[in-house]
Amino acid sequence: MKEIRLHGRGGQGVVKASQIVVRAAVAGGKNGQFIPFFGVERKGSPVFGYLRISEEPIRRKMQVYEPEILVIMDDSLVGLPATYAGLKDGGIVVINSVKTAEELGVPSNAGEIAIVDASGIAEELIGRNIPNTSMLGAFAKASGLVDKEVLFTEIEKAFGAVNRQAAERAYEETIVTKK
Amino acid sequence: MGKKVVLTGNYSASEAAALCRPDLIAAYPITPQSSVVEYLAGMVHNGKIDANLVQVESEHSACSVVQGAVAAGGRVFTATSAQGLALMYEPYFRMSTLRFPMVMALATREMTSPETVWSGQQDAMSVREAGWIQVYCDGNQEIVDMVIQGYKIAENEKVLLPVNVCYDGFYSSHLTEGVDLPLQEEVDRFLPAVHFNHCVLDPEKPFALDPLTPGPLMMKYRKSHLDAMEAALTVIEEVDKEFGDQFGRYYGGAISEYRTEDADVVILTIGGMTGTGMDAVDLAREQGIKAGLVKIRFARPFPAKRIAKALAGKKAFAVIDRSVSFGWSTGPMYMETRAALTDVDDKFAHFSAIGGLGGADISLDRMLGTIKKLDTVKNEPGQKETQWYMTD
Repeated sequence: MKEIRLHGRGGQGVVKASQIVVRAAVAGGKNGQFIPFFGVERKGSPVFGYLRISEEPIRRKMQVYEPEILVIMDDSLVGLPATYAGLKDGGIVVINSVKTAEELGVPSNAGEIAIVDASGIAEELIGRNIPNTSMLGAFAKASGLVDKEVLFTEIEKAFGAVNRQAAERAYEETIVTKK
Repeated sequence: MGKKVVLTGNYSASEAAALCRPDLIAAYPITPQSSVVEYLAGMVHNGKIDANLVQVESEHSACSVVQGAVAAGGRVFTATSAQGLALMYEPYFRMSTLRFPMVMALATREMTSPETVWSGQQDAMSVREAGWIQVYCDGNQEIVDMVIQGYKIAENEKVLLPVNVCYDGFYSSHLTEGVDLPLQEEVDRFLPAVHFNHCVLDPEKPFALDPLTPGPLMMKYRKSHLDAMEAALTVIEEVDKEFGDQFGRYYGGAISEYRTEDADVVILTIGGMTGTGMDAVDLAREQGIKAGLVKIRFARPFPAKRIAKALAGKKAFAVIDRSVSFGWSTGPMYMETRAALTDVDDKFAHFSAIGGLGGADISLDRMLGTIKKLDTVKNEPGQKETQWYMTD
């Protein structure tokens, strides 16, 4: 079972993106599970997402304390202690940012860092800062956990062709650094 | 078989309710339940289901409106949480005491104060004495299946009681996963159209409903209500079997057991913590502890005999509650489990564990901690101190 934790802000689409990953996992014959945790349900407040993908049925319904993959949709969240907490040794960190890994303070135990300007892609293609579908492209490239064609198809089904385009472009533009 | 779909817990309740062909739905939005009825409203609007949807101004009205419809012989559905349940308490109590069968989804939420919108079972636990049947689900498939089974149990002529299908707010209501959604024709075969003899409002045959009732007659009604609860214990098992035979999913009836057969120590769970508890049992077994789990599926009627049987011969048990019993310094399901056992202090080491209030997490580590504590005290019968899942 792979445990993934997402960090974003209300309005960035953490929930919708994670639900698409679950659909893609299920469509690919695996099991997927997503639990969101909101503070107050309004734009801008931190949102946590707990996402699991597994060959076996997923029984536990709890938060993710030791993620193998972190997906950070807003780089202003890296200063919060909760954001990098518990990252497994050799884990993957996917961040929406124009900064470098050093500037972002990515923990030294990370095995792989994937950075993409998802907000920039979203603003250019969709017309506003809704980075979730671009981040799914980055997630697909960095994690290899879901079939990218299945994922892109689910994105298009949910949000249309432009969002698929955003995910495809992010997939190409994501810079993955392995340590 | 059904079709595989990916749904949240709330949408699972909505889809299942729609498959039961309700005549009328009324509800008022409240976190974390709101999307149950929003989704159903969409289905009514799009013509996917042929139900009357009544927009009301409060939960009191929601419960009153569905009550009127069931009094007229209809199948009805509503959903609520916490403060909404509190506001509907007056018609809620009358629903069961008028012996009106229906299903209400309850996305369980902590009761204020302090102000909270997050998970907890205090709302459902606080209405244990309001005469409804209560089932607690672990996962979206169980939500789907128990809404469907709920009508079958509620409408059984030996029962004729309303059913609350409870599931944890956020941890289940907002959990997204794949479920096997039964096909309409399969549900139609399992759940025929409803026909009541005891509640049909017909302008052609007027009669007074719920007249002022003197004590001696009230006593008879209450006893009959308690008898129906007792009968429900059997009906729950029958419906579980019938459902399993048709759909291939059996839940064990009023309780289910996991690795209890040779267990020394047992945790008892209720609701969405159960799956995590199973993982904790597996981990404990890997560490050499003979652990097992009993899932309390129905809190009303309380499956006392089955719990006593499941715990017979075990050395220690803990009941993990996501709510508190004010006055007992324990969780409510712990007290009821104790009440189900004879000579409890001679036969078992036992304690109450309380966690997950107001959206706090009930983690694998916490549950494993409870199992380990049970293992250390298992040879010292008697009640131990209540274990609180505090962060610091």
